[in-house]
Amino acid sequence: MRDLSLHVLDLVQNSLAAQATEIEITIDEDLDRNLLTLCVRDNGRGMSKEQCAAALDPFYTTRTTRKVGLGLPLIKAAAERAGGQLQIQSQLGLGTTVTATFQHDHLDRAPIGDMSLTLMSIIALNEECQFTYRHRRGKREFAISSAELRQELEGLPLDHPQITAWLREYVREQEKSLEV
Amino acid sequence: MKSLEDLKKLRDSARQMMHLREGGDSVRIVIGMGTCGIAAGARETLAAVMQELERLHLYDVVVTQTGCAGFCDKEPLVDVILPGQPRVTYAKVDGERARRIIDEHVVNGRVIEQWVIER
Repeated sequence: MRDLSLHVLDLVQNSLAAQATEIEITIDEDLDRNLLTLCVRDNGRGMSKEQCAAALDPFYTTRTTRKVGLGLPLIKAAAERAGGQLQIQSQLGLGTTVTATFQHDHLDRAPIGDMSLTLMSIIALNEECQFTYRHRRGKREFAISSAELRQELEGLPLDHPQITAWLREYVREQEKSLEV
Repeated sequence: MKSLEDLKKLRDSARQMMHLREGGDSVRIVIGMGTCGIAAGARETLAAVMQELERLHLYDVVVTQTGCAGFCDKEPLVDVILPGQPRVTYAKVDGERARRIIDEHVVNGRVIEQWVIER
């Protein structure tokens, strides 16, 4: 995975596969502490202690279409490469929280990447799931939820091409304004 | 700057142009979004699909996602399902292929055989 936005998209797929109906994505850039924290929390079916430990083994997967599961090992490697770590908290029946930390200014810390494309992808393609996204950078913050979008759209589908184009542009502008 | 207020205006103009979906016989496009698909560029494929649908004003196409189908070396995979017809799966669909598939298959109903995989 080239950047963190692709890891986010991948982590969200795990949550969806676990039948989550609510998924919270948080990116926190704590510039004072030189720390970037990325967190995906879901209310899916959760994992047992054993599954939780096994999830970081690339040769463990619950799927039947292939024999490897690379998503979590890949983000773990990306975090550790940048002086951070990956933590998985999970409880059967309640959900899973995956948290990756990175040293913000580490040379090998992957860039955040295009969150507008990642959010457009997950919101447009998963009408039945509620997403919340929050990105803090220093004192600035941008937040968006599929619930507030749905409220504005009054039943118009979130995969409508005009809506996805708007969403992409909106998130792009908001993300950019965090940088200033 | 765009704001959530824009959505209200967009909503009203967009709604007028989509009646077909309610009939339940929409074209469906399914993008493979497993780790393999994402690493191979499925997100950019989806972006190209949405842009082409917007360009051609195809507002009644339903776009959804699926996980890994076991053909990881052929990702990004894209299924096209026309009403009443079997699913057709395309392999290695980058943005350019996605646009061609929409123009040829979705609009004109002609399957692009050389990109299709058996499954």
